[in-house]
Amino acid sequence: MIARRSFIAAGLTGLAASALHPGIAWASAGTVKRFVFIIQRGAADGLATVAPTGDPDYLRARGALAEDALSGTKLDSLFTLHPELAQTAALFGQKKASFVHAMSSGCRERSHFDAQNMLESGASRPYGSSDGWLNRLLTLLPEGEARALAVAPALPLALRGPAPASSYAQSRMRGANDDLMRRVSMIYAEDAQLSGLWEDAQSTAEMAGMQDGLMRGGQAVGTMAAGLMTGAEGARVLMLETNGWDTHSNQRGRLGAPLRQADALIAALKDGLGAEWRNTLVLVATEFGRTVAFNGTGGTDHGTASAAILLGGNLQHGGTVQSDWPGLAPSMLFESRDLRPTVRFESVVSGAIAHHFQIDPILARKTMFPDFVL
Amino acid sequence: MAIDAAIAMNRFGLGAKAQQYVPAKPRQWLLDQLGRFDARPAVIAALPRLPQLAREFYEYQIKSREVRTLRNSETADAAASLEMMDLQRKGMRRDLRDDYTQAVAARFDAALVSETDFAERLVHFWSNHFAISVDKQPVIPFAGNYEFDAIRPNILGKFSDLLFASITHPAMLLYLDQAQSVGPGSMVAKRVRKNRNRKIGLNENLAREILELHTLGVRTGYDQSDVTELARALTGLTVPGIGGGRLLERLLGADITPGETLFVEQLHEPGARQIMGRTYAAGGKAQAYAVLSDLAVHPATARHIAAKLAQHFVSDVPPDVLVKRLEENFLKTGGDLASLYQTLVESPEAWPTSWDTGQAKFKSPWEWMVSSLRMVGLESRPDTGPTRAERAAAMFVQLGQPIWRPGSPAGYADQADTWAGGAALMRRVELASEMGRRSAGRLDARQLAPQALPGVLSDNTVEGIARAESPAQGLSLLLVSPEFLRR
Repeated sequence: MIARRSFIAAGLTGLAASALHPGIAWASAGTVKRFVFIIQRGAADGLATVAPTGDPDYLRARGALAEDALSGTKLDSLFTLHPELAQTAALFGQKKASFVHAMSSGCRERSHFDAQNMLESGASRPYGSSDGWLNRLLTLLPEGEARALAVAPALPLALRGPAPASSYAQSRMRGANDDLMRRVSMIYAEDAQLSGLWEDAQSTAEMAGMQDGLMRGGQAVGTMAAGLMTGAEGARVLMLETNGWDTHSNQRGRLGAPLRQADALIAALKDGLGAEWRNTLVLVATEFGRTVAFNGTGGTDHGTASAAILLGGNLQHGGTVQSDWPGLAPSMLFESRDLRPTVRFESVVSGAIAHHFQIDPILARKTMFPDFVL
Repeated sequence: MAIDAAIAMNRFGLGAKAQQYVPAKPRQWLLDQLGRFDARPAVIAALPRLPQLAREFYEYQIKSREVRTLRNSETADAAASLEMMDLQRKGMRRDLRDDYTQAVAARFDAALVSETDFAERLVHFWSNHFAISVDKQPVIPFAGNYEFDAIRPNILGKFSDLLFASITHPAMLLYLDQAQSVGPGSMVAKRVRKNRNRKIGLNENLAREILELHTLGVRTGYDQSDVTELARALTGLTVPGIGGGRLLERLLGADITPGETLFVEQLHEPGARQIMGRTYAAGGKAQAYAVLSDLAVHPATARHIAAKLAQHFVSDVPPDVLVKRLEENFLKTGGDLASLYQTLVESPEAWPTSWDTGQAKFKSPWEWMVSSLRMVGLESRPDTGPTRAERAAAMFVQLGQPIWRPGSPAGYADQADTWAGGAALMRRVELASEMGRRSAGRLDARQLAPQALPGVLSDNTVEGIARAESPAQGLSLLLVSPEFLRR
């Protein structure tokens, strides 16, 4: 019999703590905390990333196509990490990584666009909010530390909202000269939208001045991201986007590359942050999972629950897989096809963030996910 | 009103060209374009046609297989010929990539010189509605042909024709995995199961996106069983010789032309289908067409198309009354697109009286670049790649909107939030600086500005341009002015 209940509800420790200090937002003193959200756009297959190899129904459902999983790093009696995530596995061994499985947002439809919208807005329905939870997190951080940046041409929904945040993408082009930049500021002076954007663009370009060269592969992105987060003026909240996860066909061939890139990104981010790693929390999450069974073309179709990764120097549950595993027996599947969700994204995120930034867990949850009820 | 001409040229068209006369009757000027639209202009007609593109990809696949076989073999002979073969393979891959960049350049050129740029904009709109993406390798050589053959000739007919043409083009069948989908109860699946004990079957990717993105729209009442049933109805539609296994070649023998869409009865899931409460009798290819014909005129489709068109032409959040009017027209005419465009052009909501943030649309990188070069001329095209075609393709990568590569079947979003970012704005300023430098001495931004944007320039912009330190800088400022960034 497999130990199926290793999950510790993220809310429990929070409840106890807030009973002692009701309503107080604990601003962290002294240390400067950082948070990175890496979104996997396209629905990453949690059943391949963190494979439940100890569940006999897994091998039954995926057959020969599950064999890849067996050569990875065994995390516990139930789960094996995909072999392409070797550096992440090493972090798991040092209790600097943990996984959450059978997790999902409130989205039960299988549309990428709706589900990404909910994953980023944190709302209880698609397009239910035009702000993102990552932006709302900024309102909880100590004043002067709420600097947020997305490595993207424009701001992703998760970071949109009233708190200031900017976007940054590298350029291969020759820069415009200072005089032109100044004159552009003048013609934008009366335009509310453009003057704000322009101010952001200029200060970010300045800050990233030392980070030359194009983003190539996960390692370069990780190094650049670390660079954008270090120094007194560096970003404290950063969002990165990854893609290539929508493996409708030939999943065995297609999933290796994005996983390898993610692994390299994580390792380079950790190396680049150096001593700051211990003050950093990284969340890797996707909009939904993929079908338990392979489809007719060696791939998987849109599913429901998936797995998330938490990394960092000071994790609450480092070196464990957090899961109330529902099992993959046909009768246990959601709508007879998908991994059944047993834990909500919103509680995992707010729990981890509250622990990391030492803020009241209930306040964290209510601020970031006001629609979400436990 | 003077601003109507600016709206016609910039919001509906792709931007004024230098020396273009300002239309006196803006609405009539737009509608007249539809009658004059050339679906196959010379720059596009000069490109390789579908059979040639398919043959190139087919031969590339064969070469890749040969290279793989040699790699796995351990004889000395194999090692010697491997190098040569691999070079050939890489050359063929470059040719396929060239097919893509040549098509990007042709699309760009057609847009830059077009005198029927309202129709040209509609091509871009529909191509993005039925989006494909070249981040899937087999799509690369076909992407341009998809827009040129499936979209361009069908933008003025019925929506249903556009729908059929788009989803049955090889690029779409390959992009959304339909080419590999097999009916689990089809003759082929049964035979494979019996002989080789291997499972082949359904892939629901295209079916889901037809319902969610192409026709009804998300959350309009269809469910998982409708998706699966549509996937079953679509089985049989495939692209022999490309992508998938060689099963089909063996099955069909020498009778096939690689890369041409085909309906193969032996792959089709037999039986009747139940979709959105209707039953469709068994009937091979006709079954899928019957379903698609119904979806094309469904009230949810009318609403979805009306909302997208209004969002593209009028506002990120278009007024309900406009969407309703377009929806009613779509339903009344059974999806007649020319009539829909006429309704749009004649709607007062499309003609705002001011050009500020709340009223105007923020240009996408494509729109901004095309309108910039229409205004300043091709000679000012900035330099970012080794050949002319590659330069065009690379520029849109830099701007964050690579052509035919939205990375998702939803296409690029049509809202300011997607494009109005700090980093994106910086990129435009850099490009404008380059275009300004390249136009040095040829153009005077002070004269150009009121021709391109009659009646909408703010005093602040006019003054900023007039005070520029050089003609080149004046032009750069016009290109990134608040008025020129919007339409």
